[in-house]
Amino acid sequence: MAFSRSVFSLALLSAVLSPAALADGPSLPPGLGGPSLPPGLGDKEAEVTVKEEVSEPAFNITGFIEARAGARLQNAQGYDDWTLGEIRGQLALDGMTDAMTWRVTADAVLDPVLEEYGTDLGRGEGVLDLREAWALFRPSDNMDLKLGRQILTWGTGDLLFINDLFPKDWNAFFIGRDVEYLKAPSDALKLSWYGAKASIDLVVTPQFDPDRSIDGRVLTYFNPMMGETNTIPAAMPIRSENGPEMSARLYGQSGSMEWALYFYNGYWKSPTGFDVIDMEATYPELAVYGASIRLPILGGIGNAEVGYYDSRDEKSGADPFTPNSQWRFLVGFEREIVPNLTGAVQYYVEKTEDYDAYLGALIPGAPKVDEYRQILTLRVTQQMMNQNLTLSGFNFYSPTDEDGYLRLNAAYKVTDALRLEAGGNIFYGESSASFFGQFEDNTNLYVAIRRSF
Amino acid sequence: MTQNIRKMTIAMAAILTTATSAWAMDVEEIVAKANEVSYYQGDDGRAKVNMTITDDQGRERTRAFVILRKDNEPGAGSGEQKFYVFFSRPADVNKTAFLVWKHMDKDDDRWLYLPGLDLVKRIAASDKRSSFVGSNFFYEDVSGRNPDLDTHALVQEDDNYYVLESTPKDKAGVEFASYKSWIHKATFLPIKIDYINDAGEVYRTYEALNVEEVGGYMTVTASKMTDVKAGSSTSMTYSDVAYDMGLEDDIFSERYLRNPPRNLLR
Repeated sequence: MAFSRSVFSLALLSAVLSPAALADGPSLPPGLGGPSLPPGLGDKEAEVTVKEEVSEPAFNITGFIEARAGARLQNAQGYDDWTLGEIRGQLALDGMTDAMTWRVTADAVLDPVLEEYGTDLGRGEGVLDLREAWALFRPSDNMDLKLGRQILTWGTGDLLFINDLFPKDWNAFFIGRDVEYLKAPSDALKLSWYGAKASIDLVVTPQFDPDRSIDGRVLTYFNPMMGETNTIPAAMPIRSENGPEMSARLYGQSGSMEWALYFYNGYWKSPTGFDVIDMEATYPELAVYGASIRLPILGGIGNAEVGYYDSRDEKSGADPFTPNSQWRFLVGFEREIVPNLTGAVQYYVEKTEDYDAYLGALIPGAPKVDEYRQILTLRVTQQMMNQNLTLSGFNFYSPTDEDGYLRLNAAYKVTDALRLEAGGNIFYGESSASFFGQFEDNTNLYVAIRRSF
Repeated sequence: MTQNIRKMTIAMAAILTTATSAWAMDVEEIVAKANEVSYYQGDDGRAKVNMTITDDQGRERTRAFVILRKDNEPGAGSGEQKFYVFFSRPADVNKTAFLVWKHMDKDDDRWLYLPGLDLVKRIAASDKRSSFVGSNFFYEDVSGRNPDLDTHALVQEDDNYYVLESTPKDKAGVEFASYKSWIHKATFLPIKIDYINDAGEVYRTYEALNVEEVGGYMTVTASKMTDVKAGSSTSMTYSDVAYDMGLEDDIFSERYLRNPPRNLLR
């Protein structure tokens, strides 16, 4: 009985609430009796979106114009206070034909700090910085061929690179250009083959593209030959290498885990060698064999990567002017800590082979690297105001070198097109000769304004 | 008096009809159908999407992207799916591509391709109820929420709608205490969803604003998500919608993250 009564009262309630039961009464206003039907359902015709018959443009144009300036927070003997000052306009054109897709991205740059106005496309200096100029062909259904100037990236590290030996622009990175300028372009051919279980990328760079490393023109560094911090803002003499580079990657996915094997044959990307006769830095020969995995784990993303750096000009480890072979290893983890706040940590270790021979041959006064050089990185990214304000910090800290590098950045999108940015590059260390410590006098702050179109 | 009795009779009849149809249309079946028509129309699909995000001060921001979708089990109307999203606007994210492999029993796999760095970044997907590209829509609103995560009750029914109240089985990781959906009877499209907080207030509302038939499928081509508390809203329109295009599986792979399938994105 109790049961039937409750059924009855429930039914009565639903009858009261049901507009159908109130055929004589007023219809409930929208919001009480449920939403009114949208156009397309019920009486109202759908607002049919008519496909616009516009002819496809031959190409798309996008780009930006920006002003960016940065200065040292301390004096660096022999150097100007300004580390960055430029007006940069970028134009990116891309298009598609039946045979290929293509893109050209070029920057026009006015840089009164570097004061290099003769265009050097290889170094990305001068009034024209050609970032991309490539065509992508599809020779068969499971192959892509990308030819020309292109940005190339692979590997799993976050601002730590083991198997990605494509050129980097460390100068741009340290003075506070947009992070995408860390990647310098390669003039290369990239052939990709795609299989069901695994895929292959093969990249051939006919002429070695070194890193755009710190050469002393704008940023000061420790000169191991002089045994002191450089005080003359001039480019160090470096012997260029014109031989080819070859990079390969075999990769695939097993469930949610990505795996890859890597190979590189070419040169050390920064001038780590030295020719005592010609008194110039050199790029010794290098081969790298590596592997990586990346997978979702513990509510975040975990990755591990290893590489063996085979310094092919150095057989015994006893040549002080050629780097020894190394094992490099990193493991990383990233996850969202609370909504809009992401944290990431990495541990990196670099083991020098033939360490006793290295120690025995070390030039007195030259900076000494530990057998197991280690770096810890921490990244924190906070997004606020509907993702229009992004605060980020990235810290490199080496317990073995007792030095580090803190990158800070705040970027605010005033509108979809207008972005304001401020940041800092803070170098610190016990020794003025260690990897990050040598850049201490380059610690800088920068600001930027960018209008995209 | 007679009038009253007549009313009562009509009411009783209505009750019986309601009750019968409620029994005939099991709540789980309604939820399954609503999920199917919202996220699993056809075996695959494509749409051009324009979003306008309006903040509490009336300032607008826009997003434009093409979304491609493919179901892992064609015809099942549920289960795992893959999504490919290619952005054209705003200019600073032009050519950014986003890939999602949606799973039922574990976190989705997500990748983001940043063209300026040629970087394929993997993204942790634990935050399904966070803003999608700065809009009022969450990731889960775009790719669908697994109906099994909530318990559903049919609380009301009228000529047009089944009204459902859904409560999360696990409160961790969701910001709502419950949500109430108005499911259109003839099409099973959710026309309105009110998200309700612990205080019993509606703080977030979804509305379907326009419905079109495309390729035999009733499709919501305009919708709006309002953050009642923040005073901001996002309207989303779909155009150039297509279904059953025969999209290949490898579209949803690293190959096409790096080299977008241009002919499908025009």
